[in-house]
This record gives sequence, structure tokens and C-alpha cells, in this order.
Amino acid sequence: MQNKLNNRHYHLMLFPGMVFLIIFSIVPLFGISIAFQDFIPAKGIWGSRWIGWDNFTYMFQLDDSKQIFFNTVFISLMKIILNILVPVTFALLLHDLMYVRVKRWIQTIVYLPHFLSWVILAGILADMLGSQGIVNRLVTYFRGEPIFFLGSNFWFPIIVIVSDVWKEFGFNAVIFIAALTAINPSLYEAAEMDGAGRFAKLRHVTLPGIMPTIVLVATLNIGQILNAGFDQIFNLYNPLVYSSGDIIDTYVYRVGLIQAQYGLATAVGTMKSVIGFVLIFLSNRLAAKYANYRIF
Amino acid sequence: MPATTRKNFSTYHTAIFIVLLCVTFLCLMPLIYIVALSFSSKSAAAAGLVTFYPVDFTTFSYGYILKDHRFFTAFGVSVERVILGGLINFVLTVTMAYPLAKEGREFRARTFYMWFILFAMMFNGGLIPWYIVVKTLHLTNSIWALVLPGAVPVFNVVLLMNFYRGLPKEIGEAAIMDGAGPWKSLLYLYIPLSKPAIATVTLFSIVGHWNAFFDGMILVNKQSLIPLQTYIQQLVVAPVQNSADRPEELAKLSVRTFNAAKIVVTMLPILLIYPFLQKYFVTGLTLGSVKE
Repeated sequence: MQNKLNNRHYHLMLFPGMVFLIIFSIVPLFGISIAFQDFIPAKGIWGSRWIGWDNFTYMFQLDDSKQIFFNTVFISLMKIILNILVPVTFALLLHDLMYVRVKRWIQTIVYLPHFLSWVILAGILADMLGSQGIVNRLVTYFRGEPIFFLGSNFWFPIIVIVSDVWKEFGFNAVIFIAALTAINPSLYEAAEMDGAGRFAKLRHVTLPGIMPTIVLVATLNIGQILNAGFDQIFNLYNPLVYSSGDIIDTYVYRVGLIQAQYGLATAVGTMKSVIGFVLIFLSNRLAAKYANYRIF
Repeated sequence: MPATTRKNFSTYHTAIFIVLLCVTFLCLMPLIYIVALSFSSKSAAAAGLVTFYPVDFTTFSYGYILKDHRFFTAFGVSVERVILGGLINFVLTVTMAYPLAKEGREFRARTFYMWFILFAMMFNGGLIPWYIVVKTLHLTNSIWALVLPGAVPVFNVVLLMNFYRGLPKEIGEAAIMDGAGPWKSLLYLYIPLSKPAIATVTLFSIVGHWNAFFDGMILVNKQSLIPLQTYIQQLVVAPVQNSADRPEELAKLSVRTFNAAKIVVTMLPILLIYPFLQKYFVTGLTLGSVKE
């Protein structure tokens, strides 16, 4: 009896949140039907003409779509790899640092960029990489003429990847630092007894110790491979670098909200959601299987 | 770490110390640069003399901001959305995390709610349908457009729920013995018990609200309702992007020090709460890992 009464209160507590979730997460799912329509906002979903898979066929015919898909996967993949390699290396070095005070200071500083927005950081980067910025002053010193970084299809992906690693490596290192502290010190002692040097210990104790964490982070990130970082690229790119920097999300924004081709943009977005959902689902299953991970 | 010989200590450890200092400096460099630029004179900036300290120190750029009404309006909108949005996020996070932390035995519908939330977290309709929903609800061009669509921070709910699940069950049972209903136990027991966890998720949501620019860009076009990050995006980032087509235009851009000052003021609130952030977020990240 008491339980039933409590249950009623639990439902009541969840009610407001559920209403918001339904309105802003579930109702939009029905909007996916726009992908199968020649959608005209004035006529709405009920009044617009149904055209079957036309938007999708059109999408696959566009030259842009291959380029955008490639850009998205390439940028993401590079980010995923470097966002593991760099933080792991950093965590290993930091773990070996003897001065506790300095350690804490370093941690405080490297976490900071994670909390700043890409609007801010893009503003800073644009100035630094601009023709009078600090980077180009170095470049002119050695090379004579400045490089137009944000307008070059060679440099743009590099800048996107490097700046993302710069922003996130400290934050990404937190989990690896935690994993390193969790390694049993007696393992090191035993290894030393067996005559292991620094590199032998790294290979046989440290790396196996943090491998589960690395596998976990990698699998979970693979699930996010179609999210190449809208905020970052949107604030850094310009028409000159569309061919190397345009990703699915920026494309959907431009085609949908700027050019008002709702049907096409929704088709692209739906494609992304479906593939993304499958990837997240699979990566979570893999993480559960191999790293004993559960969201709840 | 294991003991090493004295000699090893000095070379190896000095080496990593130096490498780490360099990395840390690289991390901070862009921020130092922008602060230095904001305090430099226009001509020094144009001549490319600024590196890590102000050249021809001046507070002129900051004086210029003081006269910029639009900047202050945008700042006000951002503060408003942080307070309003943070409050809504807080209330919904707590009221959702508490019942969801109950055992399936006690609260049968829990499994259904969990799947529902998991689904909402993993699958979304994409930008266009979402935009059309917000527009149909006539939320555009009001502060509500910035706070209601993200009213439920699903990630935070899961984080706090995991924290509550990590607490000993006896606590809740004792409260019931003493005659406290669910609301009372939540208000007088669970919320006080989870202060650090709540601080963590609230800080996350505050930072998220302060840093958001996209919703302000597509959902608001009244100048008086544009939040600060969107304002910076339109005034600082977009012009640089547009002039990027024409490098010679970029060279003539003489507002660099003003823009630098605006960027610094926009960063300031984050820098001010950063000590708290830094204290709590590691706890926050490990919160989810406490499981049975």
C-alpha cells in the first residue's frame, strides 16, 4: 500500500521532465517524415507532397555528399586516434612527475581549455593564424611570406584536428590518470625484483594496466564518429575550405536552415541519426562486453 | 612510483618536468596572447608586435566595450539564461534522478523510464525537425527558446542517478521509518547528501548555458535577446570568416584589440568559476563509475 502511494509520487516527480523529453526529443522524430516529402513550411507536414525516397536518391547523386561523408569520418577518426594517444602520453609523463605541487598546477591549467567555448577559441585562433597573428610572424620570419591557414584546404583539417587535441587533451587525460593511479604498486615492485627497467615496466605493467580504459574510450568514441565537431568547424570554416572542412552537421545546417531545402537536409540528418544510432548501440555493446562498461 | 637510483632520478625526472612545463605553456599560450593583445595599442597589434605581454599598455579597448550597449545587453541575456536555465536544469535533474535511482522492485515502471531516456539520449531526429518543433511552439524570439529545449540534461540525470544508487539503501529506508514521504526524503535527505554531485552537474549545466551559441543564432533574431556567445560569433568570428575570402580585407581589419577585449570579457565568468569547476569535475567524472 505504502509502496503504491510512493510510486504515484515517483511518477509525479518524473512527469515534468518526461513532458520536456517527449516534446523536444520524441516529437521531432516524427519530423523525420520531412525527409520523404517535398516539404514546404507554409503547408506543414500534413499538407506537403510525399515523394518517397527521392530526397535520399538525390543525396546519393550529389558530389558533395561523398566529400562530406569522407571529411566527417576523416576528421573524426584523426581526432579519435590523437585524442587517445596524446592524453595517454601526457598521463604517463604526469604520473612519473615527482613534484606534487607542480603536478596539481599543471593539471589545473591543462583542463582549462575544455571549459571554453569554440566561439571564443575560434576567435582567438583566427587572430593567431591571421596575416598579422603571432603564428604568421614566425612563419614570415622563416619563410618570407605568411601562410593563409584558414583558407587553405591543406592546412584546415590539420588546424581542426590539432586545435581539438589542444582543447581536449587535458580533460581526456583525467580518465587515464585515474587508471594509472589504480595500478597496484606491488606489481611495479615485483617487476623490479625481476630486474625490469623503466621500459620493461612500461610495457609489462603500466600499459596492460590501462589497456581496458584505452579500449573503453576508443569503442565509445567510435560510436561518435559521425560527430566531427559542429561548433568547432562552424566557427572556423569559410567557403574556401568547404572541400576539406565541410562535415555532415555543417552541411545540414547550411542546406536546411540557410538554403531552406528542408527535405534534403532532413534526409541527410536522418541518415546520420540512423547510422549514428547503430554505431552507438554497437559500441556500447562492445564496451559492455570487453570493458565491462554500463551506462547504468 | 618505485624507487629509482639517484642519477636516474635527476636526468629522467628533470626531462619530463621540462617537457610538461612546455606542454602546459603551449596550453596557456593562446589565452595569454589574447589577453596581451587586448591590452595593447592598435598600432602595436597591427604591426604584429604583440606576443605574451601587452605592447604600449592601454585599457582603451576595455573603455570601448563600456560604451558598447549591445555587448552589455548580450551579457545580460547570457546571465539571465544561465540563472533561469541552470535552475530549470537543477530542478528537473533532481526530480528525475531520485525516482530513477529506486530499485526496480520498489518502482516497477523504472525499467520503462530508463529505456525511454536511453532512447531519447541515443536517437534524435536531427536539426531540421527539432527546429520546426521549437518554431511551431512559438518559442523563437524569447528567452524560453534558450532554456526549454534543453530543460532535461539527460547526461546529468544519469550521473546523479548513479550517485544516488551508490548510496546505502538503509538511508532511504530509515527515512521512511521516520515517516518521511518521497518528497520529504528527497528534499531533506537526498539533496543535502548529494551536494557535491549536485554542484558538479549544476556547474556543467551553467558552463553549457554560458557557452551555447547555436540556439541563440537560429532561434533568436531580436538583437535585444541575443546571448553573449552568439553576439561574439556574429561580431568577431563571422566577419573574419567572411573576409577570409579576400585576404587583403583581413589585413585591414583594425578592430583586433577590441575583439580581443570582448573575447577576454566573455571568458572571464568561466575563469572566475573555474576554481570550483576544477574542484568538482573530477568527482563528477568518476561519479558514474560507482556501481554495484
